[in-house]
Amino acid sequence: MASLVAAFLAWLARLISGANALWLDCQPLPRQRVYFGNHTSHMDFVVLWSVLPDEVRAVTRPVAAEEYWTTSKLRKFIAAEVFRAVLVDRNSNTVEERRNQMERMLEGMGNDQSLIIFPEGTRGEGDAVQPFKSGLYHLAKAKPNVELVPVYLENLNRVLPKGEYLPVPLLSRVYFGPPMQLKEGESKEAFLERARQAMVGLAGQP
Amino acid sequence: MIFRDHELYGLYMGILALLVVASIIGFLLEWRVKTPRGRETVANINARIKAWWVMSGIFAVANLAGMTSTIVLFALLSFLALREFVTLTPTRRGDHRSLLFTFFFLMPLQYLLVGIQWYGLFSVMVPVYAFLFFPTVNALQGDPKQFLERTAKLQWATMVCVYCLSHAPALLMLQIPGYEGENAKLLLFMVLVVQLSDVLQYVWGKTTGRRAVAPNISPNKTVEGLIGGVASATIIGTLLWWATPFHPFVAWLMALGISLAGFAGGLTMSAIKRDRGVKDYGTLIEGHGGILDRIDSICFAAPLFFHVVRFFYSTV
Repeated sequence: MASLVAAFLAWLARLISGANALWLDCQPLPRQRVYFGNHTSHMDFVVLWSVLPDEVRAVTRPVAAEEYWTTSKLRKFIAAEVFRAVLVDRNSNTVEERRNQMERMLEGMGNDQSLIIFPEGTRGEGDAVQPFKSGLYHLAKAKPNVELVPVYLENLNRVLPKGEYLPVPLLSRVYFGPPMQLKEGESKEAFLERARQAMVGLAGQP
Repeated sequence: MIFRDHELYGLYMGILALLVVASIIGFLLEWRVKTPRGRETVANINARIKAWWVMSGIFAVANLAGMTSTIVLFALLSFLALREFVTLTPTRRGDHRSLLFTFFFLMPLQYLLVGIQWYGLFSVMVPVYAFLFFPTVNALQGDPKQFLERTAKLQWATMVCVYCLSHAPALLMLQIPGYEGENAKLLLFMVLVVQLSDVLQYVWGKTTGRRAVAPNISPNKTVEGLIGGVASATIIGTLLWWATPFHPFVAWLMALGISLAGFAGGLTMSAIKRDRGVKDYGTLIEGHGGILDRIDSICFAAPLFFHVVRFFYSTV
């Protein structure tokens, strides 16, 4: 049931967003990875998730907001069974809460699961990619062997801009960039900026 | 009625024969050509031929099955073309509502009007109502930036991808005395001539082309290709007069007009692609690019052909 719904949702998301995946120096393999993308629309994680090949999607879990996905039975079912989402509290302010957030993500990854995250924290306005929050850095530090894959979602903010409810079925593109890792001795700020540049650099590639 | 129309089947037999010959030539080319650059061209030609099989098959099924399926096919083409067009045209947040309106209201309605054969509203809805509606909605959205440019883009996208293209299935609503129930052939005649003209321009251009018609717009469109392609497509169109309500001489004029309009469509859409810095509108049809790359010529030829036929032949 859940896998059928998942296949249908993936198909629907690809249909509406006209999404075309471009893998640039990155193979679509079911390795353990963290896909980090730019956040411009409600549809981001569904579209990113939907363009992954089936065997990759089967081991990939999006990180989503707990406060949104636990408000009704249907949402709970979709989050838990269909997307197999890792739910975190987005309003984590204290050190304790953030540590708890990180623990949930690491737990959700286990030994073989990949994650989809949006390190900007909040959806950006227009095309400018906002500075990253530190979650990606902490993940990279805790799981040094995991491949970090920058993802750039193009045109989705036109398909469904912030504050709108109906999508315009334009064509969008999802760029997957070369996997990266935390370098030895690299500072948090330097790493996050490098990761951000890797994501921004994917925009408009042929 | 359509199923008893032997002339229609005759046309499709001709297309089938053409595709078989093209496939054989493609096969021979693959076997003969050895240079890397030549092989690349041959691979592209064979991808195109394969796509022609698929496109001809889909069109044939829709055309033979009747008016409704033909309208649905063209509505779908409109949708895909509009999607490719708007994707390439920069729009802003304030255009979202107008875009929703085009995709989910205007486009289906235009084809519905073809279906119920309401010629009056069909011919003025986009140029009058939508024309005035777009700027109003955009102004209400409160974003004055590049206002005229954005409105014009929306209007243009809707005119070309919805309004112009809808004139192709609209050929089925014409009432021509002595030609009742045979309009499917009129549509096939137009599509056949315009697409053959495209292909023949490509063939003549590849083999004899030297001087580009508009080098800054499209280096592939040459004077030799244009003359050779239009001339040969016009001859084929003339030879198909028996399937149309036209006298052979009129068929010649019609085919010439269709070919030239098709060329104008391809050239105009190339100019937009050039400005946006892309080669194709999409990636849907292998070897051809997007839907819009294939039907740009129909978008220009259809309204012209429709109105000329309507003026001289139709009673509605």
